[in-house]
Amino acid sequence: MFDTLLPYLLAGISVGGQYAMIAVGYTLVYGILRLINFAHGDIFTAAGFFMIYLTASLPIGISIPLVILLTVVLGFVVERVAYKPLRSAPRMSIMISAIGVSYLLQNLMWYITGGLAKQYPVLPFLSQTIRLGSAATKLVTIVTPLLTIGLVVALVMLINHTKIGMAMRAVSVDFETSQLMGIKINSVISVTFIIGSAMAAIGSVLYFTNYTAVTPTVGAMPGLKAFVAAVFGGIGSIPGAMIGALIIGICENLIKAAGLTAFSDAFTFALLIVVLLFRPTGLFGEKNTDKV
Amino acid sequence: MSLLKVTDLVVSYGGIEALKGISFEVEQGQIVTLIGANGAGKSTTLRTISGLVSPHAGRIYFEGRDITDVNTQKIVEMGIAMVPEGRRVFANLTVLENLRIGAYLRKDKTEIEEDINYVYSLFPRLKERSWQLAGTLSGGEQQMLAVGRAVMTRPKLIMMDEPSLGLAPLVVRDIFKIILTLKSTGMTVLLIEQNANAALHACDYAYVMETGRITTSGTGDELLSSEAIQEAYLGKASRS
Repeated sequence: MFDTLLPYLLAGISVGGQYAMIAVGYTLVYGILRLINFAHGDIFTAAGFFMIYLTASLPIGISIPLVILLTVVLGFVVERVAYKPLRSAPRMSIMISAIGVSYLLQNLMWYITGGLAKQYPVLPFLSQTIRLGSAATKLVTIVTPLLTIGLVVALVMLINHTKIGMAMRAVSVDFETSQLMGIKINSVISVTFIIGSAMAAIGSVLYFTNYTAVTPTVGAMPGLKAFVAAVFGGIGSIPGAMIGALIIGICENLIKAAGLTAFSDAFTFALLIVVLLFRPTGLFGEKNTDKV
Repeated sequence: MSLLKVTDLVVSYGGIEALKGISFEVEQGQIVTLIGANGAGKSTTLRTISGLVSPHAGRIYFEGRDITDVNTQKIVEMGIAMVPEGRRVFANLTVLENLRIGAYLRKDKTEIEEDINYVYSLFPRLKERSWQLAGTLSGGEQQMLAVGRAVMTRPKLIMMDEPSLGLAPLVVRDIFKIILTLKSTGMTVLLIEQNANAALHACDYAYVMETGRITTSGTGDELLSSEAIQEAYLGKASRS
């Protein structure tokens, strides 16, 4: 019994870790701007294309850091161009702007790639087969959860124990008073987009290793699932996003193990509905401690 | 030369003038208060000095420099701190972190630690609660924290927006004691109050604001003995 389930569990933890890398970006940005960054899934896809174009002429060891750098620049520019000018606008405007950026990025990718699926490079290190008990799997399956947990722990430490982390927490509750402390809120917001994009870039390397090709809309589904994971974990909470993503990844694969593959995506969105109905703040959602 | 000088300041929100050309000065080392009813423009005045609101017309000078178009962050750096209305402590940060964030722009580590101890000596209650989240403090403690946080910026001028609002009378007395203590350390205080009585007793000089204009000014004692002021702000019926 366990032997048959083990490969599914491993795959679940792995894909859950990849969702987590995207979910962190959603939750970080939401935590500070109260904005669902609809373009985040497309930034994830863009990271996939950066990898394809860079590895065409550069070795993988150089391409990966460059992919992270380019994705970070993209996330930073999107924030500066599409969100920053709307800082004091109603929340609806900035949300619409996010949707616009999402379509813009998707269409740019259609334009640049000509709409053809592009072959994702094989990363020999991550693709090598290893044996775990009775299961044979790619190394990426093991690397993903470890890397995810490591990065999430590091991020939580950054937020709780450094000066910039303190500023991020302050800005997340009160822009104006943060300014009165001398905090440059625009820099703090940029930092959150930079961290979120870097995580998405790393997530994209791990995710696409399991696939052969990238199309401009391929990021939509993992992006959406990562968003569900962030809501499930309690949007705004980083550990929540990771745990939500792992649960979703594992459940999806257990459903596949039960022979109900066709319902695995439906499960994720059914979960979203249930969470929104019964526990809208998610597993670790913010509790309001404000005293008036 | 006065520390802060405001001339003909006009501020409007969506076409409505909240300030209709006010001028006043704050002398170094004094406590100056703006009193007046709700909606008189007191908070707007402080917010404009802090750079949170841009004025339509008029100039603001601090230590002789024109700071009218300077951004909030620079203004804090120059030495103007604000204790905002409603305290606005960071509820999700600990008491200690709230003090540290007051020192956000400072790099003098040892002096920051000294200043934290100084704030704790002013408000021993905060020291006891150093690791608590600020959101769990009582209203009075939050007000102490908001003042402490402003002190951590090492300001030359500290502006306070209704520090006594919603607090028990005993706590209000403590807050005013602290304001006098800050003055004795050489800090200049610009205080906004609806509690005109307490403010006029504590201040060196006072301005009375009414619907965006300054109507009267004088020393605290002068205004306390003025019949018009007594009638309008101190709740004493006119005898004539």
